[in-house]
Amino acid sequence: MATDTNAELGEIQKYDFRTESEAVFKARKGIDAEIVNQISDMKNEPDWMRDFRLHALSVFESKPMPEWGGDINLDFQDIFYYLKPTNEQGKSWDDVPEEIKDTFEKLGIPQAEREYLAGVKAQFESEVIYGSLKEDLTQQGVIFTDTDTALREHPELLREYFGKIIPTEDNKFAALNSAVWSGGSFIYVPPGVKIEFPLQAYFRINAENMGQFERTLIIVDEGAQVHYVEGCTAPMYTTESLHSAVVEVVVKKNARCRYTTIQNWANNIYNLVTKRAYAYQDAVMEWVDGNLGSQLTMKYPAVYMMEPGARGEILSIAFSGKGQHQDAGAKLVHCANDTTGQIISKSISKNGGRSSYRGLARVEKGATNSKCSVVCDALILDDQSRSDTYPYIEVAEQDVSIGHEASVSRIGEEQLFYLKSRGLSEAEASTMIVNGFIEPLVKELPMEYAVELNRLIQLQMEGSVG
Amino acid sequence: MNDVLKITDLHVSVEGKPILKGVNLTIQKGETHALMGPNGSGKSTLGLVIMGHPKYEVTSGSIELNQIDILEMEADERARAGIFLAFQRPIAIPGVKMADFLRHATSNVRNPNRKEGEDLIAMKDFRKELKSKMGQLKMNTEFARRYVNDGFSGGEQKRAEILQLAMLGPKFAILDETDSGLDADAVKLASQSIAEIGREKMGLLIITHHDKLLESNPPEFAHVMLGGQIVETGGAELAEELYSNGYDRIRTKYPDASADNTAMEESETVGA
Repeated sequence: MATDTNAELGEIQKYDFRTESEAVFKARKGIDAEIVNQISDMKNEPDWMRDFRLHALSVFESKPMPEWGGDINLDFQDIFYYLKPTNEQGKSWDDVPEEIKDTFEKLGIPQAEREYLAGVKAQFESEVIYGSLKEDLTQQGVIFTDTDTALREHPELLREYFGKIIPTEDNKFAALNSAVWSGGSFIYVPPGVKIEFPLQAYFRINAENMGQFERTLIIVDEGAQVHYVEGCTAPMYTTESLHSAVVEVVVKKNARCRYTTIQNWANNIYNLVTKRAYAYQDAVMEWVDGNLGSQLTMKYPAVYMMEPGARGEILSIAFSGKGQHQDAGAKLVHCANDTTGQIISKSISKNGGRSSYRGLARVEKGATNSKCSVVCDALILDDQSRSDTYPYIEVAEQDVSIGHEASVSRIGEEQLFYLKSRGLSEAEASTMIVNGFIEPLVKELPMEYAVELNRLIQLQMEGSVG
Repeated sequence: MNDVLKITDLHVSVEGKPILKGVNLTIQKGETHALMGPNGSGKSTLGLVIMGHPKYEVTSGSIELNQIDILEMEADERARAGIFLAFQRPIAIPGVKMADFLRHATSNVRNPNRKEGEDLIAMKDFRKELKSKMGQLKMNTEFARRYVNDGFSGGEQKRAEILQLAMLGPKFAILDETDSGLDADAVKLASQSIAEIGREKMGLLIITHHDKLLESNPPEFAHVMLGGQIVETGGAELAEELYSNGYDRIRTKYPDASADNTAMEESETVGA
């Protein structure tokens, strides 16, 4: 179908463009103490952060590669760990170097900012190159900045929370991020402040063999509320790039945080991310995690319910196409009584893609009267594709309710025939069935993101049939 | 030109096993045909084959719509050419709203050359039309927001099929036991709806065990299927006879077809 192919090419080109951008500083390839010190020097960091990085480097070097999940064929010495695209962060898009501004224009970020966002951060390679926040939020004491700036301007908050939710020792890639982190978002929402519109960050890898290691820390103080959204893209190169973020979220008493990710990495990106939230008394933490693109994604957003009444909800969508492996899932850890957790995972595999759900539901001693429900559904579009489920359930209490349901289905010949008998082409029918499959999750998204996700799914579906 | 659907000496197999063994049937625009016969006789198969179900292999014979062979067409092309099948067991499509589904379907059938991604019919016009058609069928507007056939009761499924028939306005419609699962009032509504679309504007093939739909849509022709063949054709009086007396006379009169039918019925039971 010629028209579909053209449409697909047009859509792929939307993300697959490379900006000719001269970095103002590029560390040499590879990772060692010299590189880590250089990054810390460039950023003019306090000693405690330099020590934190160097310690993390030794942890990274001592930890073996994970033996589960996907195949990681990365040469850690063949990656650029730090690439500074510009000297100054723009407060207006006019301050951003033309070619970088152009990149984000093409991705539609300034327009989205004008239309429905309360604040924006745009990261290009290693640094946040643009930041904005609505004036009234600044006046209410909301902080939305990049994590490097936060380290300079709010050292007390960083010392208290940085690396406390996800310790350096947690896993090899969290250690790597801790050693070479750069950029990422820092958000602080003061008690009782409810931010109506989403705050958005957009992460763009432009260079080849680039590693992007943003570090995000979100603190939602008592009774406050925030919705943070991140989008991620990169152009296609012949060699792999690495994205390895660490995201820590603290949701205090009666507060609420929703963290939405719609990532659409190029198919040669390793996306190895650690995301974890602590939810305190009667707090609500929600992860909405949409994983499209990448060569391999390993990502399991977690909610630790630390105090009674805390609630954790994780909605996960994974779409694996040709040559892709999405090893995605979620973790719920009930550390206190009367906590409630829910995981809903939907995965789609096509054209030989592989989707794995890997999830943990853990109830610790003392977490009585906790409820935990896990539902994971997989849809397989053809015989070449694969889906696996790895549920881990650990329960140390009697008086709890744990539910786990899993289903795997193939797009049925009968469903296709029914839709075709009403005049829908095979491609339209498949897309409709896939969109229907993820509908329960999409309807949770704000309209703009639901539209974006549906468009990305459409893009993945085109050319997959006939 | 008067629309004609012409089935000639149609032989159909599933997994190498013959199901239809030489079916001949011609339907003209404006005609209503009743297709009756015991379980396993091949009635539903005929409907699915006309619509183009990939499971069935046509081993010989032809199906022509206005002298054009449709056997090489995919189901969606047949739908766009004006064929409609009201399913005996409609398929659930979870997560897909009736309104979205119907808007795509209606756009494609009314604009047969529409390609994926091209404009759909205008939302405003579509909504208005859908609302009015649903009103005729006494369907709650909430129905349009429900997922296609997902959790529908038997009666709701059949109403939804009639709604699709009304929206798509085909040249030829096959109603496969559309009256089963409907109560008397619903059958009446369905009949009215068919009358509204205009029986004179399309050819109807009504597959039924009962006479409910036939009462208000008296057929010009009634056919009896047995063992994969149409063994007898008559008028409305034949339909009445079979409804009142069953198939004993037919079975006795056509012992070979009856034996075939018994074999097919048994294998159907085993398969199920």
